[in-house]
Amino acid sequence: MTPWTPGPDATTSGRLPHAFTTPGSSSFVDFLAGYAPQLLPGHRPLPTSEVAAPHGTTIVALAFEGGIVMAGDRRATMGPMIASREIEKVFPADEYSAVGIAGAAGLAVELVRLFQLELEHYEKIEGSLLSLDGKANRLATMIRGNLGLAMQGLAVVPLFGGFDLDRGVGRIFSYDVTGGRYEEHDHHSVGSGSVFARGSLKKLWRPGLDADGAVRVAVEALVDAADDDSATGGPDTVRRIWPVVATVTAAGYLRAGDEQLGEIVERVEQERREAHRGRGGAAR
Amino acid sequence: MSMPFYVAPEQLMKDRADYARKGIARGRSVVVLQYDDGIAFATENASRALHKVSEIYDRIAFAAVGKYNEFENLRVAGVRYADLRGYSYDREDVTARGLANAYAQTLGTVFTTESKPLEVELCVAEVGRAPAGDQIYRLSYDGSVADEHGFVVMGGQADRLGGLLEDGWSPGMTLPEVLALGVRVLGSAGEDGGEVRAIPAQQLEVAVLDRTRPRRAFRRLTGALLEDLLATPQPGADVGTD
Repeated sequence: MTPWTPGPDATTSGRLPHAFTTPGSSSFVDFLAGYAPQLLPGHRPLPTSEVAAPHGTTIVALAFEGGIVMAGDRRATMGPMIASREIEKVFPADEYSAVGIAGAAGLAVELVRLFQLELEHYEKIEGSLLSLDGKANRLATMIRGNLGLAMQGLAVVPLFGGFDLDRGVGRIFSYDVTGGRYEEHDHHSVGSGSVFARGSLKKLWRPGLDADGAVRVAVEALVDAADDDSATGGPDTVRRIWPVVATVTAAGYLRAGDEQLGEIVERVEQERREAHRGRGGAAR
Repeated sequence: MSMPFYVAPEQLMKDRADYARKGIARGRSVVVLQYDDGIAFATENASRALHKVSEIYDRIAFAAVGKYNEFENLRVAGVRYADLRGYSYDREDVTARGLANAYAQTLGTVFTTESKPLEVELCVAEVGRAPAGDQIYRLSYDGSVADEHGFVVMGGQADRLGGLLEDGWSPGMTLPEVLALGVRVLGSAGEDGGEVRAIPAQQLEVAVLDRTRPRRAFRRLTGALLEDLLATPQPGADVGTD
């Protein structure tokens, strides 16, 4: 990233430039757009041809009684090659929301950093949290600014979910590359393995799931995606690398521990092994 | 043609300083106190929305006295400065020293070049992993910076309140102890023969930088939590005062 350089209105006296003391905006992205636009992903010269870069793959999210679960596999691919087997694609956006991103990994991580900062910046300046819809809309604006890069094969497609403190429920939002924002009900998935994960979620999700049940459904949906999609990584029992799974409830963002995930993966694999042996074929 | 009157630079600066000091002295004081697990801020402020103490970054907080619109402007500038730094480099690279320098330059430039100085006094504090790593900077209207240790008082009667804190504060005090000390000092009798006041919790704005918290150390203490802390009995702390 370009290091921070003083903007055009920096004076020689060393005082904070006027952009810093201009009142009105609570948005860090708007401040950057005025003061240091080169730091924003959408404000750089576009690559002239398609760029080969690592891509992150499958994210799933589902609602349960009192919150949401979001989970992502750990694989990044560059063409047929596995670029990383332990990349993380699900992050806390703030205390009460989570964001998972499929697509160009480098841009996705930069966008998440900017989004986290945008929410924290607003919170510090205004002294209150943005509404969940407000957060979802800010993310849509940021994705829209990235459209030029998406046309060059560097699309970033997020899945956003959080606990709505006003309504007391968990909500999930999906996006397209043009910044379209759609509220999803019950469950959703994005990324290359999403077709398979969605089929799995459809069969496994049911109303009235509790947090532990929802975590298990999320892990199982990722296992199903990894079963049929080469770009999605399954649980790695050799290196003990598990998906990133997080719950967001009234108590805030909580990432599931390795121990809990290890047990769930063990149980899921055990059940599938037995089903396979019992039927003498690839039943599940 | 008329010539403007000559005013000696000494006189000009003195007038500005007097003007700024008068404005600052009108407001209520803020006390900043180091304790074993962090740094506490307390002031008398009935408003729940217009704060004098705020979060700047993960481990940095800001406290101010004087004109609200002027220090609010500086607070927002500080948040922007810190967030831009942390985004360009890393969260670890945002320091209270850098922020204090930026504020000092700003206050100093306004003091010497603009027609009216800023009527504010600021404190920038950063909590370290251990008490030895804590930093507290006090900035004046003219851009002068002081690196303080232990405690700071700003606002009207700062000298008198500072004297009281000097007697009461010692390293390694706990949060209930420093809060009790701070509140007692804020409510102490003025030089003009006022009476000692017990400030109720609803009239206090209290916040801490708690070094035991993982990332964002800043926390406001309000409501029942604050009342409990203020009601905590303090063995030995009040010896000799009653």
